[in-house]
Amino acid sequence: MSLKDITYTEKKDTRSGFGEGIYEAGLKNPNVVTLCADLVGSLKLGKFIEAFPDRFIQTGIAEANMMGVAAGLAVAGKIPVPTTFANFGTSRVYDQVRQSIAYSNKNVKIACSHAGLTLGEDGATHQTLEDIGMMKMLPGMTVVVPADYNQTRLATIAVIEKEGPCYLRFGRPSWPIFTPKEDSTFQIGKAQFLSQGTDVTIIACGHMVWQAVEAGKELEEQGISVELINMHTIKPLDEEAILKSVGKTGCVVTAEEHQYNGGLGESVARVLSQNAPVPQEFVAVKDTFGESGTPTQLLDKYGLAPKDIVAAVKKVISRK
Amino acid sequence: MAEIDQLKRTATQVRRDIVRMVGNAKSGHPGGSLGCADYFVALYFGILKQDTSFNMDAKGEDAFFLSNGHISPVFYSVLARRGYFNIQELSTFRLINSRLQGHPTTHEGLPGVRIASGSLGQGISVASGMAIAKKMDGDDRWVFVLTGDGELQEGQNWEAIMFAAHNKLDNLILTVDYNNAQIDGKVDDILSLGDLKAKFEAFGWKTLEMEGNDMGKVVAGINRAKEASQKGQPVVILMKTEMGYGVDYMMGTNKWHGNAPSAEQVETALAQLEETLGDF
Repeated sequence: MSLKDITYTEKKDTRSGFGEGIYEAGLKNPNVVTLCADLVGSLKLGKFIEAFPDRFIQTGIAEANMMGVAAGLAVAGKIPVPTTFANFGTSRVYDQVRQSIAYSNKNVKIACSHAGLTLGEDGATHQTLEDIGMMKMLPGMTVVVPADYNQTRLATIAVIEKEGPCYLRFGRPSWPIFTPKEDSTFQIGKAQFLSQGTDVTIIACGHMVWQAVEAGKELEEQGISVELINMHTIKPLDEEAILKSVGKTGCVVTAEEHQYNGGLGESVARVLSQNAPVPQEFVAVKDTFGESGTPTQLLDKYGLAPKDIVAAVKKVISRK
Repeated sequence: MAEIDQLKRTATQVRRDIVRMVGNAKSGHPGGSLGCADYFVALYFGILKQDTSFNMDAKGEDAFFLSNGHISPVFYSVLARRGYFNIQELSTFRLINSRLQGHPTTHEGLPGVRIASGSLGQGISVASGMAIAKKMDGDDRWVFVLTGDGELQEGQNWEAIMFAAHNKLDNLILTVDYNNAQIDGKVDDILSLGDLKAKFEAFGWKTLEMEGNDMGKVVAGINRAKEASQKGQPVVILMKTEMGYGVDYMMGTNKWHGNAPSAEQVETALAQLEETLGDF
């Protein structure tokens, strides 16, 4: 399959995929309970709340308590889904998540929107670029970063069905929808190959998958054969898929809307260094905070545009 | 009353267990554990509806959460004495490969423990989550939670205290171990809680006071709290205890908050505590 065949006709925000998915999960499973810390509109919870008003808990602007309440609901056999912005659902409450949810192994699904630079104009206070690292470090925590609206809907339904603590990360901007509505290949912990190639492996997650599709199209036009992997699950990481791909291509570019410290790229680097060291380049935020701006301006300024992936691919191939 | 006498005898044995566990591990928090022994024994032997084969979800049962996890010795002793696990396991407290971790955890699958605690200030939130779940399920049993008083310096507690009142969690009974002692000194000197009774009342809680080292008063006090519950408000018991209660040299000081007695000090303590149910 060639990347030029991957197109879109519609754009939507991934958070709306969550809103749809959590409503469907709520229909299927009466144990699903959502919580929110004063951001119902931002999290697109309206449909769920309208359908299941008795299974929604408004906690007010008190995220630490929300995580504890979620843990207590899970003790009682519910499937609680605490929701807020990614910064407030991870770094602000890291110890609550660590002790009451992860270490206690509670079946809590932390679902967070507005992750990364593409939050946009609110600026660096709200643009978490550290959450993937923090959450993947917690033993037993599943970390899922879906690529578009359709995939976020499916990922939401999937994390509800998976036992154990999960972190689901999505975002605010309107973004191309390029994965199918129903996708039997989507499975937590299973990488998706969007193209087969021999010159370079690109491994991306979240919004950066579309950036990589665009970069890949340009590379293909230049005669470079790209194998693009949508690594929507950061943990557990599909190590087999990574090793299989680099066995063919011999080099990797990772792309993520996150710090290069602690993110997807470092997880991939660990797998490679332990099994099959090959050159790797990181398209990620290079140890700085973000700032206000439009999503596109920010992705350009901080080196997360398709052209940056193209440049990283050329560099990594030259290092082979 | 015969029943109270039996609870007192159990509490004495629990105090022996605490001293021996902490002495054996050469680490742990004996002071608060000793102070809360009467509360734990009253709750687990006189109040809770419970199944000691242990159901995590406690459907149709009362549930207890320990927020100040460092007083794990009293929790473990009472769980074992109540039949959740063999009392011999108390000898493994804080040792390598034990289910009796320094602070309680579900991680090792110890029956009776529903949440990890140790990092302070999280228990009222968790208990509120279970209380709201019981309301959703039409389960009319109670959720009990114990916190320290110094622990109330953590801000999350006050989020939870607001939350429980706002949501009318009148099946929730919080007890505060009000001993005015924390690791670095008196609570009043470190960071005063002010008028705690007035604070809880202002937050919308039914607030009761109780003497915590008199078994008859503890049983009556918890029952009074149950009677005050189910009326639209969460209930808090401000439980006056003395840290180190039952061992003379551990009383009247915060020195034994987080220090273990020497072998000789263990013997001195045990001489003051009758072996009523047989040591582990």
